[in-house]
Amino acid sequence: MLLLQIDTALIIEKLILISAILMVSLGIAMYATWGERKVAAIMQDRVGPNRAGPLGLFLPLADGLKLFFKEEIIPDRSTRFIFILGPCLAMLTALMTSAVIPWAPDFITSSGHTVAFQVADINIGILFVFGVVSLGVYGVMLGGWASNNKFSLLSSIRAASQAISYELAMGISLIALLMMTGSLSLREIVQQQHGFWGDGYFTWNFFKQPVGFIIFLTCTFAELNRAPFDLPECESELNMGYHQEYSSMKLGFYLFAEYINLFISSTILITLYFGGYNFPFMDQVAASVSPLLFSIICMLVLISKVVGMILFFMFVRWTLPRFRYDQLMKLGWRSLIPLALANMLVTGILILWVFKSH
Amino acid sequence: MQKLTNRAIQIDRSPMTFGERAYLPAIAKGLGTTLSHIFKKSATTSYPEEKRPFSPVFRGLHVLNRDETGAERCTACGLCALACPAEAITMEAAERKPGEEKLYREEKYAAKYEINMLRCIFCGYCEEACPKDAVYLSETVMPSNYNRASFIYKKEDLLIAHPQKHEGK
Repeated sequence: MLLLQIDTALIIEKLILISAILMVSLGIAMYATWGERKVAAIMQDRVGPNRAGPLGLFLPLADGLKLFFKEEIIPDRSTRFIFILGPCLAMLTALMTSAVIPWAPDFITSSGHTVAFQVADINIGILFVFGVVSLGVYGVMLGGWASNNKFSLLSSIRAASQAISYELAMGISLIALLMMTGSLSLREIVQQQHGFWGDGYFTWNFFKQPVGFIIFLTCTFAELNRAPFDLPECESELNMGYHQEYSSMKLGFYLFAEYINLFISSTILITLYFGGYNFPFMDQVAASVSPLLFSIICMLVLISKVVGMILFFMFVRWTLPRFRYDQLMKLGWRSLIPLALANMLVTGILILWVFKSH
Repeated sequence: MQKLTNRAIQIDRSPMTFGERAYLPAIAKGLGTTLSHIFKKSATTSYPEEKRPFSPVFRGLHVLNRDETGAERCTACGLCALACPAEAITMEAAERKPGEEKLYREEKYAAKYEINMLRCIFCGYCEEACPKDAVYLSETVMPSNYNRASFIYKKEDLLIAHPQKHEGK
């Protein structure tokens, strides 16, 4: 009867954590739309949203309301079930990735109970993230195909081929990192990056894998369908992209999923390369404050790093023009994949003969 | 072929060098450009709260002026209507009755004075034509409206309550 001995406390704890993470992701995604407009405005010497509430802070609420109350149109010749499935899948996969991210170090209560700020510590965390992110393309593909619109179809084909091309380089650049960490678990990867300085070198993976980071970052841009790789939704050539036939909240789901993806991808980037919740002098801080407060500080550090990363994504979006499709493919296949392979090779050589760590 | 201007720029179509193909230096430069714009003042005027000042020669909505004592200056001579290239001004003259000296400056006045703002092209010829300094183009933008009839401005709409000094005009 071991299987039936369900730990109720654990389930409640995880449920609270899951709902908290959901709320935070949705909140950050909501305000990312506001932030995007504000960042764009500041870079173009404009003011940006400032009418709805102070600094236009109610703008996302107004946006959501607007999307809810719009007329819902399902095209006559569309494949109805798949048409509805598309945005749901996009949203689902966007939210699923957050399950394996460690948000703060473990917190041990006075009764000796360990609270992990991570929904699921699976030992193949990174593979899970990759799998779910790859599934995310289905949302775009199915939506574009089911719309029965040639522009949507073209755009979703672009999205799929772009995602597949850049996932290769992403995976290879990650292999170099995984060779150094020796673990696929995000929890362990973060724990290895403890503090900022240790054993005479930076602990954060960014300093150990700068080339890998640049490749990974570039591929993240492509995976997120954001400028300069926002080909799937280029307004000029394909009217609007894969969500052209969508209206009301189904369109909202697509747009929203994109911002949740932005948040989650930034978190994964931070977790893998910028030490996750670690920060300089964290041992001294841990010694001087209570464990709960320390966990909260770590969480806030992670969130602020993520916000910084999101701002960087926006910064790039409003700076660079869009790539042409052949340039995109050329960059992916002819530059990034060879570079990632070379990076992997050099990392392997260094590990094997120079550092002899394994 | 003879050059039309000296502004033509020769475009370099040679293939990109390795540095250019790496994109990163150019991206860094571009990011620097946008970064510098963060510190620049925004060019926006938050319209209903703050308004851009008009130029002193701005030709806006018409007003009918009064003289120092508050009497109407217009004598319905019709010169403005004659000068108007868009034929937007209509007027009817009337004779001043005894006891109305406070109201109208001279023996004749405009009983009806209408400007069709949909016809008006805001050229300011009426202002130039007026021998009595009665009609002026103010620094106000014509408000929008829902029906055509409300764009025909009557004398009551045009006449201002207090005399206005227009220097240098």
